[in-house]
Amino acid sequence: MIELEHVSKTFPGQDVAAVGDLTFTIPEGESVVLVGPSGCGKTTTLKMINRLIEPTGGTITVAGRDVAQMEAHELRRGIGYVIQQIGLFPHRTIRDNIATVPKLLGWEKKRIQARVLELTDLVDLSEDMLTRYPSELSGGQRQRVGVARALAADPPVLLMDEPFGAVDPIVRTRLQDELVSLQARLNKTIVLVTHDIDEAIKLGDRVALLNIGGVLEQYAPPEELLRDPANAFVADFLGTDRGIKRLSLVPISQINLDPGPVLPRSAPVAEAREMMRRYQIDWAVVGGDGRIEGWFTENDIAGHDTLDRVHLLPFQTKLAATDSLQQALDAVISSHTAVAAVFDGERYLGMVTSEEISREIIE
Amino acid sequence: MIGLAQTQAQGVFRWDWIGRNIDAIWDRTVEHVVLTVVAVSVGLVISTVLSLIIVRYRKTYTPITWTTGILYTIPSLAALAFLVPITGLSHLTAEIVLVSYTLLILIRNIVAGIDGVPQDVLEAARGMGYTRRRRFIEIELPLALPVIVAGIRIAAVTVIGLVTVTSLIGLGGYGFFILRGLSLFYSPIGTTQILVGTALSVLLAVVVDVSLALTERALTPWARRKAPA
Amino acid sequence: MIEFLGEVVAWFTDPANWTGVNGIPNRMWEHIQMSVLATTAAAALAIPPAVYLGHRRKGGVIAVAGVNMARAIPSFAIVAISLPFSIRLGLGLGFWPTFIALFFLAVPPFFTNTYTAVAGVDDALVESGRGMGMTQPQVVRRIEIPVASPVILAAARVASVQVIATATLAALVAWGGLGRYIIDGFATQDSVQVFAGGLLVAGLAVVAELGFSAIERWWLPRGLREPSEDIARVAA
Repeated sequence: MIELEHVSKTFPGQDVAAVGDLTFTIPEGESVVLVGPSGCGKTTTLKMINRLIEPTGGTITVAGRDVAQMEAHELRRGIGYVIQQIGLFPHRTIRDNIATVPKLLGWEKKRIQARVLELTDLVDLSEDMLTRYPSELSGGQRQRVGVARALAADPPVLLMDEPFGAVDPIVRTRLQDELVSLQARLNKTIVLVTHDIDEAIKLGDRVALLNIGGVLEQYAPPEELLRDPANAFVADFLGTDRGIKRLSLVPISQINLDPGPVLPRSAPVAEAREMMRRYQIDWAVVGGDGRIEGWFTENDIAGHDTLDRVHLLPFQTKLAATDSLQQALDAVISSHTAVAAVFDGERYLGMVTSEEISREIIE
Repeated sequence: MIGLAQTQAQGVFRWDWIGRNIDAIWDRTVEHVVLTVVAVSVGLVISTVLSLIIVRYRKTYTPITWTTGILYTIPSLAALAFLVPITGLSHLTAEIVLVSYTLLILIRNIVAGIDGVPQDVLEAARGMGYTRRRRFIEIELPLALPVIVAGIRIAAVTVIGLVTVTSLIGLGGYGFFILRGLSLFYSPIGTTQILVGTALSVLLAVVVDVSLALTERALTPWARRKAPA
Repeated sequence: MIEFLGEVVAWFTDPANWTGVNGIPNRMWEHIQMSVLATTAAAALAIPPAVYLGHRRKGGVIAVAGVNMARAIPSFAIVAISLPFSIRLGLGLGFWPTFIALFFLAVPPFFTNTYTAVAGVDDALVESGRGMGMTQPQVVRRIEIPVASPVILAAARVASVQVIATATLAALVAWGGLGRYIIDGFATQDSVQVFAGGLLVAGLAVVAELGFSAIERWWLPRGLREPSEDIARVAA
């Protein structure tokens, strides 16, 4: 756990504080993203945690210890640190780069060796890269080495300063996904700085949105931030498409599902026509008791008395209740029927409609 | 007349002179090398100290480079002229003159080398908990090495050339041959000695330069490997 | 020590040292004249081909070899070698061997600086010039030479300081100049004259260095002001 209490920083020779009076808590094992426009003091705040920048006021505690009372270099050896330009040591091999902090801590050779191999595996690098120098690696590979190096001594806290800012968008997305899955396994306390709100939403358990001068405008889980921005600044920073952004964070189970135009096999065709009229559509579904067999259109039932022998079409996409509304929206707008069926395993739960999704956005 | 005929038959260059003076050439080689090594080593020690002061206190950069720049500008013969009345025709005189020329070159390169260490590398080192001293020795110095060695190469080659001038106070290495050749300028023996002195000085400069370059290559394996496209 | 300095002052105030062939005005004039002559000749000969090759972006090998040669060959050796050659060419002692030596000494700084500066002009500048319809000579005159001018001026400073320093050694090939005081003083063990000669030469070199630096700073348009590196500087 990291606690900031009334932390402030005014750089020498400047009248205005980079960070005025900042108080918030970063819970153990969570990832918190500091985001905001340039000049909001997000990087300053991050660097005050490992004392690369010394605060001019307030206290910062990491795991209950006041960082100002610790030797700066010992504090830093216990905190992983990743920066945008990575800062790999060009004169050392990848192996030695990863081993940096364990060596500073004076680990035994064997232990370092084993740890390096473990990390190589963890960040998905191949072992033959260990003897190379940083200049021989691609940007994405270097960033992985940077993460491995930060994790080398297994620090409980990881500070990341725009870690994916210098790689191309495709690699960035992949590295973000890797960080998410890495965090799912490691449960580090991560503080990450970015200027990219989408990255913040994707990577943060919580997002701290800062305004110029280190003013904390809102500190909330991303979903809450998007659903309920605290003020106009937050709403503006999130952008006009914040409703759409939020869809990726809300599971389908959060909204009401329509039971859908479902009829048993034995139902007479007249009942099907009545159902279609009520729904104002030209199709319906055959099923019941948590199962569905398929769907048919108005044309398919011409000449039939009941639905027994009607030819059924299979559903193209099946959604799970845990899928996000973004996936649901995608399925809805690309289907013939403008709805998508939601299942829990094999059990049919209901239909997602565009109306329900937009109701969730508007709310 | 006989002498002249002999001269023309043997040309301007008297190869036989070399054979007859192998011992003297060897002695002057040792002298030249010792003068150079001492000057560059002492220069390196002084320059390192001054560079560390500059790195620590930036404001000293201008006065230090200005002063060493003046030392560098003073012609070597003038420097000898100042020192001979004080320190006499001694090794000390020669070395002071030689060292004073290395300072500007070495300080510029050492400071440039340290300044050239990428900021992100330094920040990463700090962020990972390097102490100041350890960061300097393990990160800054090795990364500054190519530029520092470049400075040592220039300083060494410069000093090797200047040693020929200190022959005027009797400590000139190969310059001894050049000076004696000048006093015999009318004879092929004189020309031969000038050419031999010059050629050996250039050869020594090239050998030292190449050796330092190879040493640097061996010490900086990371600089040789580049990313496969 | 103070006594010695008193003698030096006395040397400077002795009227005998201010008149005649061996007087300070004449020796100073010889020194400056020779230095200007050799430097100007070297500039005139080295700059045009360097601009041409730099413009064509060809000849980098010559430039690099030039610096290395200039460093490796002692300037004293250049002075010494020029003597027998001058004699064989029938040019005699004194002026010509000195001029030849100083000329060859000044060529590499001019060539290398000019070549490097012209070849180093930003390609985008050249391209935009040509895009606006400049001919090749116009690109050279209006873009490459003005942009390269600080570095070429730096070459003039480096070359003249070096030439002034080396001209002192010309007393060894029977020429005049300020070196006479030092060389003759060594020969007659007159340490007062040696010291005084040293002061005159050092003063001249430092004045040239500072003077050229001032010109460089003052004369150049602000847009081109940047630290000019002494690419081809050689100690003498």
